[in-house]
Amino acid sequence: MISFAQTLFYLFSAIIIFAALRVVTVRNPIHAALYLVLTFFTTAALWILLEAEFLAITLVLVYVGAVMVLFLFVIMMLDIDLAVMREGFVRSLPVAGLVALVMLAIMVMVVGPQHFGMALYPAVTPHAADYSNTRELGRLLYTVYLYPFEIAAVILLVAIVAAIALTLRQRKDSRYQQVELQVAVERNDRLRIVSMPAEEPRP
Amino acid sequence: MVESILSLLTLLGFPDWLQSVIIIMLKIVVILIPLLTAVAYFTLAERKVIAYMHVRIGPNRVGPRGLLQPIADAVKLMFKEIIIPHGADKALFLFAPVLSMAPALAAWAVIPFEAEMVLAQVDASLLYILALTSMGVYGVIIAGWASNSKYALLGAMRSAAQIVSYEIAMGFALVGVLMAAGSINLGEIVMGQQGGFWHWYWLPLFPLFVIYFISGVAETNRAPFDVAEGESEIVAGFHVDYSGMAFAVFFLAEYANMILVAMLAALMFLGGWLSPFEGIGIFADSWLAAPSILWLLVKTSLFMFLYLWFRATFPRYRYDQIMRLGWKVFIPITIVWILVIGVAIVAEVGPWFAAGVAHG
Repeated sequence: MISFAQTLFYLFSAIIIFAALRVVTVRNPIHAALYLVLTFFTTAALWILLEAEFLAITLVLVYVGAVMVLFLFVIMMLDIDLAVMREGFVRSLPVAGLVALVMLAIMVMVVGPQHFGMALYPAVTPHAADYSNTRELGRLLYTVYLYPFEIAAVILLVAIVAAIALTLRQRKDSRYQQVELQVAVERNDRLRIVSMPAEEPRP
Repeated sequence: MVESILSLLTLLGFPDWLQSVIIIMLKIVVILIPLLTAVAYFTLAERKVIAYMHVRIGPNRVGPRGLLQPIADAVKLMFKEIIIPHGADKALFLFAPVLSMAPALAAWAVIPFEAEMVLAQVDASLLYILALTSMGVYGVIIAGWASNSKYALLGAMRSAAQIVSYEIAMGFALVGVLMAAGSINLGEIVMGQQGGFWHWYWLPLFPLFVIYFISGVAETNRAPFDVAEGESEIVAGFHVDYSGMAFAVFFLAEYANMILVAMLAALMFLGGWLSPFEGIGIFADSWLAAPSILWLLVKTSLFMFLYLWFRATFPRYRYDQIMRLGWKVFIPITIVWILVIGVAIVAEVGPWFAAGVAHG
């Protein structure tokens, strides 16, 4: 007899495996990106089963809600010619196959079957109803892992600044709207009041 | 009420798991039917309010004073043909409206209508809502791409950029709220505002309050931020090629999202179901000072009216102005105000951050 949670686990896992396979097998890059979204979303569902609701919601918020939107944004803007992409398939097959084999071997060594199995892990003790995952995570991040956390934040900031600095180019010939000048404008800058008689003087 | 239904189900011999499924389904129905009715009549209210602001009468033919107009619209839309454009990605074209509707409705699962009146008591309910509302953009993007039309794709691109940008400002505004309340549970955020009108978070968080609501307007693609539709430039944006019910579902999702943003603003900044007369001597024992769902509905209607007022009043922003407002104005203001709140919490300012009010 499998429990309700197990049923959900197998259901979500089946969806994840199916969607992840479709990401690499489907032809249309937009469909591939959408299958990746499905993979993320169902992974978040699995994390909720693991009582990691904060991480699950953050996964949806950051990866599904922002990162994948930008992915789709870029893919939709690109003009992808599938025929050109498939041209070199046979030529690069030997090298690609070799790389794939090496990656497979590494993955088996790191996450192979010998690392899994119920015997290897102690049973999880379920937490009380008032246990707050978010609070615990915050406490750890801002006490024990404060320095790694802050350093990671600074590295990300540097990456953002670097990305902008590398791609920003100021064109001399393009004209920008200067909002502060527009806002600071006063009546006297735009308007000149002249006093003149309302009618031509009679001759 | 729940107990009496439960005892009835036990009497009829339903197994335990089926009983809880039925109860949850009933609760969902109890939330969704008033919501969808509100959505239908919100469209009528919009047409009426804008009409009066334009000194017109608005819809007045169907039923007394046009009151049956939403029903007539729904019937009309249901009988219209759904045209699938040539070269469209058929599956995604039909799936896109579902993707925009589903998050708009699913977010209501964690909205507390009163202290105990909530479908799912989720600890991280504010984050859940933020995550779900950010998923609504997929409906727009996929619709724009699957239509195989340049106008639709342009609308989708604009919408994606706009929603991703304003989500940051909105997220920071929510950070201010959860700092003030010391919780990301919507129920606890409301309970942290107890004590009457001046104790609500709109006052200490005023810049965040304004930014939250404006970002909410941008997030729902409403005027003056409705460049995704932009009927004068790109016809109707992402839903150019949709007709009949497929279009109506987008429409319903947009209005459901507007009501959601309005209700969240009421919950987080205007004390939710708490009464504005709380703590005033004359009203002390009357029903006026008692917390009630009526207060929440009144406050929500206020924000819903603001949506319509904005639409009737402001001209549409230009695309680069939208981006400038989001990135260069709102985000810096929110970051500065988060620092101010941090100082206020340490200094235990006013009735809002006084010692002993949450902040666990």
